[in-house]
Amino acid sequence: MIALDPDRDRGGPGTPLLAVQSLTKHFGRKASVFARNNAVVRAVDGVDFTVRKGETLGIVGESGCGKSTTARLVMQIIKPDAGEILFDGEAVGGRALSLASYRRQVQMVFQDSYASLNPRLTVEDTIAFGPKAHGLGAKAAIARAHDLLHRVGLEPARFAGRYPHEISGGQRQRVNIARALALEPRLLILDEAVSALDKSVEAQVLNLLLDLKDEFGLTYMFISHDLNVVRFMSDRVMVMYLGKVAEIGGSDSLFEKPLHPYTAALLSSMPSMDPDKRTEEAPLAGDPPNPINPPPGCRFHTRCRFAATLCAHAEPVLTGGDDHRAACHLADPQSGHPRLAA
Amino acid sequence: MAMAATETLPIEASASPGYWQSVGRRLLRDPVAMGALAVLVIIVLAAVLAPWVAPADPYKATMVRRLRPIGYPGYPLGSDELGRDMLSRLIYGGRLSLFMGVVPVLLAFVIGSGIGIFAGYVGGRINTVVMRTIDVFFAFPSVLLAIALSGVLGAGIINSIVSLTVVFVPQIARVAESVTTQVRSRDYVEAARASGANALAVVRVHVLGNVLGPIFVYATSLISVSMILASGLSFLGLGVKPPEPEWGLMLNTLRTAIYSQPLVAALPGLMIFLTSISFNLFSDGLRTAMEVKQ
Repeated sequence: MIALDPDRDRGGPGTPLLAVQSLTKHFGRKASVFARNNAVVRAVDGVDFTVRKGETLGIVGESGCGKSTTARLVMQIIKPDAGEILFDGEAVGGRALSLASYRRQVQMVFQDSYASLNPRLTVEDTIAFGPKAHGLGAKAAIARAHDLLHRVGLEPARFAGRYPHEISGGQRQRVNIARALALEPRLLILDEAVSALDKSVEAQVLNLLLDLKDEFGLTYMFISHDLNVVRFMSDRVMVMYLGKVAEIGGSDSLFEKPLHPYTAALLSSMPSMDPDKRTEEAPLAGDPPNPINPPPGCRFHTRCRFAATLCAHAEPVLTGGDDHRAACHLADPQSGHPRLAA
Repeated sequence: MAMAATETLPIEASASPGYWQSVGRRLLRDPVAMGALAVLVIIVLAAVLAPWVAPADPYKATMVRRLRPIGYPGYPLGSDELGRDMLSRLIYGGRLSLFMGVVPVLLAFVIGSGIGIFAGYVGGRINTVVMRTIDVFFAFPSVLLAIALSGVLGAGIINSIVSLTVVFVPQIARVAESVTTQVRSRDYVEAARASGANALAVVRVHVLGNVLGPIFVYATSLISVSMILASGLSFLGLGVKPPEPEWGLMLNTLRTAIYSQPLVAALPGLMIFLTSISFNLFSDGLRTAMEVKQ
């Protein structure tokens, strides 16, 4: 375990760095009077999770399951419809923790390394922007930018004056990481941060992220659809399905003994390195249902091979121990699922 | 001046040309844009240096040598209906015509960009209110709107500038709003907002640099429209008053000579055409030079 800075660690080591309670975001509601359709996309629908200090929480799920929306909600780039975000025990925007001070402590690295850099700014200006906005002098901000470039493995003398289109994707993503670190955050959200990179470059950036985590005492939220990468990076993993948490637990426990059939299906879709363990058939058929009209009951029942009548009516809640919980009737001995009796 | 002697440091050696430098280089390689620019430079220089360039006094009239043809001794481009030297009047006329072409667009560029960038960046309901208000102005054809405003305000250069500015503000604001709305949703703007910087800093550093270029290109294409509208106002007697030389007004006063000296009467129109098409070609070249994979 890494040492936490006692000055900044206000809540103590036991308090989770981030605690999210019943976070909800529906898109398309209360649109202007000119809007034609009133369809509501339940992008994030009552999500609870915590991120412990110094850990990496991996978030996995198919496209459209609400991973990125969750990240943007935590970043406060978009406002939640309901729910609470506690950072180190304090409510964001409350008396003890202003939004500005929260924003310094939570930063994000985006998936598209090119779109997330201003094409008109040099690398050093991009990194120095945040510190300058928080009152650091221009010279000191540039000096910090050079220092950070060095730390993310880019030689300042060569890269500081370059523009984003003049450097490679891996280098750009290193710049994005440096930009995120420039405000000395405590929580770094990595939203598919390595997904667009070549495998060899991806490995380099992942190792860089692990080194930086130790060096700066960071906590990560690592969002990805690549299960191998998530397993490599994460201490705990959260599986999302259609805007809800399907399962959350320690990385080893979740990958070895998945409780939710959806997690099990995801894991069996992982390409294996062992030629004897071939993936024989697609474990999951079809696309996830439309989040505009999610299925009633358990949202996964339309694709679940253990689905019973119960699953179409009653919505399962997250149950299980503190370390490993799943939202499945099969994981709850009291649910009355027919397979439990057998 | 002392900087020229400074040795280039190795760090600067790897520094790359900025965006505008590369746009400039691409523009220099565009023959059409450069040709248009050359024509514009000649016209502007002639207008600015009119007292030295013009062969005669543009106000000096002679009743004996009225409406002389092009090439008449002492009158290289003939004379107008009051016997004034056409060449000198065309050179002096460029002063007011260019002024009326550039100033309203410049004012509208500042005001319209301000409105459009504000509406685009703030978004939501405020954007809807601002842009629908702007849309009201689009209900009137621009010529009609300019004439109506000038008519209400009265004749004169200042009033013409005001009415032309009012005509162009909505058009520029609309372009500014749409470009800003696009830029606002880019990841780098989100990242800048997430850094906790205030809105002004985000707009100044991340939005303006990506938005002003396209708006500027659009504005340069309006200069020719402004010149034609201003000439139109002068032609109708709502802009510049005689005996001031101005291309639109000259076209008006020479229209009676269209049968006796058609070539001389067409000269001011030719100047308007030449200048406006040069502005258009140059702004086209500028747009092409700016459309690069960044």
